[in-house]
Amino acid sequence: MSGKPKLHYVNGRGRMESIRWLLAAAGVEFEEQFIETKEDLEKLLSDGLLLFQQVPMVEIDGMKMVQTRAILSYIAAKYNLYGKDLKERALIDMYVEGTTDLMGIIMYLPFQPPEAKEKNLALITDKATTRYFPVYEKVLKDQGQDYLVGNHFTWADVHLLEAILMVEEYKSDILSKFPLLQAFKGRISNIPTIKKFLQPGSQRKPPPDEKYIAQVKQIFNI
Amino acid sequence: MAGKPKLYYFNGRGRMESIRWLLAAAGIEFVEEFLETREQYEKLLQDGALLFQQVPMVEIDGMKMVQTRAILGYIAAKHNLYGKDLKERALIDMYVEGTRDLIDLIRVHHKFSPEEQEKNLALINERATARYFPVYEKVLKDHGTEFLVGNQLTWADVQLIEAILMVEEKVSTVLSKFPLLQDFKTRICNIPTIKKFLQPGSQRKPPPDESYVVTANRVFNRK
Repeated sequence: MSGKPKLHYVNGRGRMESIRWLLAAAGVEFEEQFIETKEDLEKLLSDGLLLFQQVPMVEIDGMKMVQTRAILSYIAAKYNLYGKDLKERALIDMYVEGTTDLMGIIMYLPFQPPEAKEKNLALITDKATTRYFPVYEKVLKDQGQDYLVGNHFTWADVHLLEAILMVEEYKSDILSKFPLLQAFKGRISNIPTIKKFLQPGSQRKPPPDEKYIAQVKQIFNI
Repeated sequence: MAGKPKLYYFNGRGRMESIRWLLAAAGIEFVEEFLETREQYEKLLQDGALLFQQVPMVEIDGMKMVQTRAILGYIAAKHNLYGKDLKERALIDMYVEGTRDLIDLIRVHHKFSPEEQEKNLALINERATARYFPVYEKVLKDHGTEFLVGNQLTWADVQLIEAILMVEEKVSTVLSKFPLLQDFKTRICNIPTIKKFLQPGSQRKPPPDESYVVTANRVFNRK
């Protein structure tokens, strides 16, 4: 047993990507076992490894953890990325739920019918620029600090950077009206662990392509 | 300022109900402001009271908290319903995410057409009896104690009882193959704060009806 967390998922972003980001940001090395066929998934199920018959599943500290948010919270708390007290935790939770909602729209995009593509892109742009990014821009402005919460690096910062980069893949100038977020993006991307994760050859996964979508549909019977 | 948490939502269950349950279980009195008109919602927006322009919103300890999970996590931690350490917290988080998924199936049920409702009912029954309740039955069996996690009431127990009662409203015999969950239900319903919440006249809300749907659509400008 290597002691490293072991991630069970398909070889793509999906719901596991935020977990990869957080582990990487925390400087925690991890292994991955990719589900490539229906049989791979069925084996995990028949071995009783998936509490609610779903992935993501992460083997960590003797547990087989499931449920993305549960896994992320555990990692954040364990590696000191969850703030220093209950109030900071509350802020982090609120901010992370916001970026989760935004990334959630993007995650489902490849699985929508092609006719809906343009409408969904407009939705992402609209939500990003009118609901979510203004909030984080204001937080940075009011805080006057480098980070979203408490003047230290937390899960909220990691998740926001992930969201920014994800939206930028769809609309590269999405931050044009958000100068503080642009600076934030530059700063957080330069944190050594994150810089490393952003380099080619890391365990960061590319955006979903046709092949990935087909594989996911096949494995999960979508 | 009352000092009591103040809940902003519709006069109905929706996403706020789990928060009402948890506050009630913790013995915390709360007040509610019900959204009935579009103007009320727009005022909250203009006042900058809704961080992401959404409800639920709960005024608590000087914060205007939004995002259901964030609010629940705060209440649980503040009132000693989140376990004693990181590992217990991890278990609680996993269990509440499971019951959350089940509750969400029921939460949206009333929005569907009658044909879709029939399908959804079958799905609720299947998920409850094949995916979720077997897990909690097994946890109780393996754990051998009265509660899901550790030796005292936690958020996981409160959300499970909420889920059980919600499913039973749709499928009254759903616990027939789960004897430990039946005992659990009886036990948890008899905890004084929860017993009180289950009595008529409490702030617990009934299942959604026509007027609830109409109000929500009006407030959110939905067609």
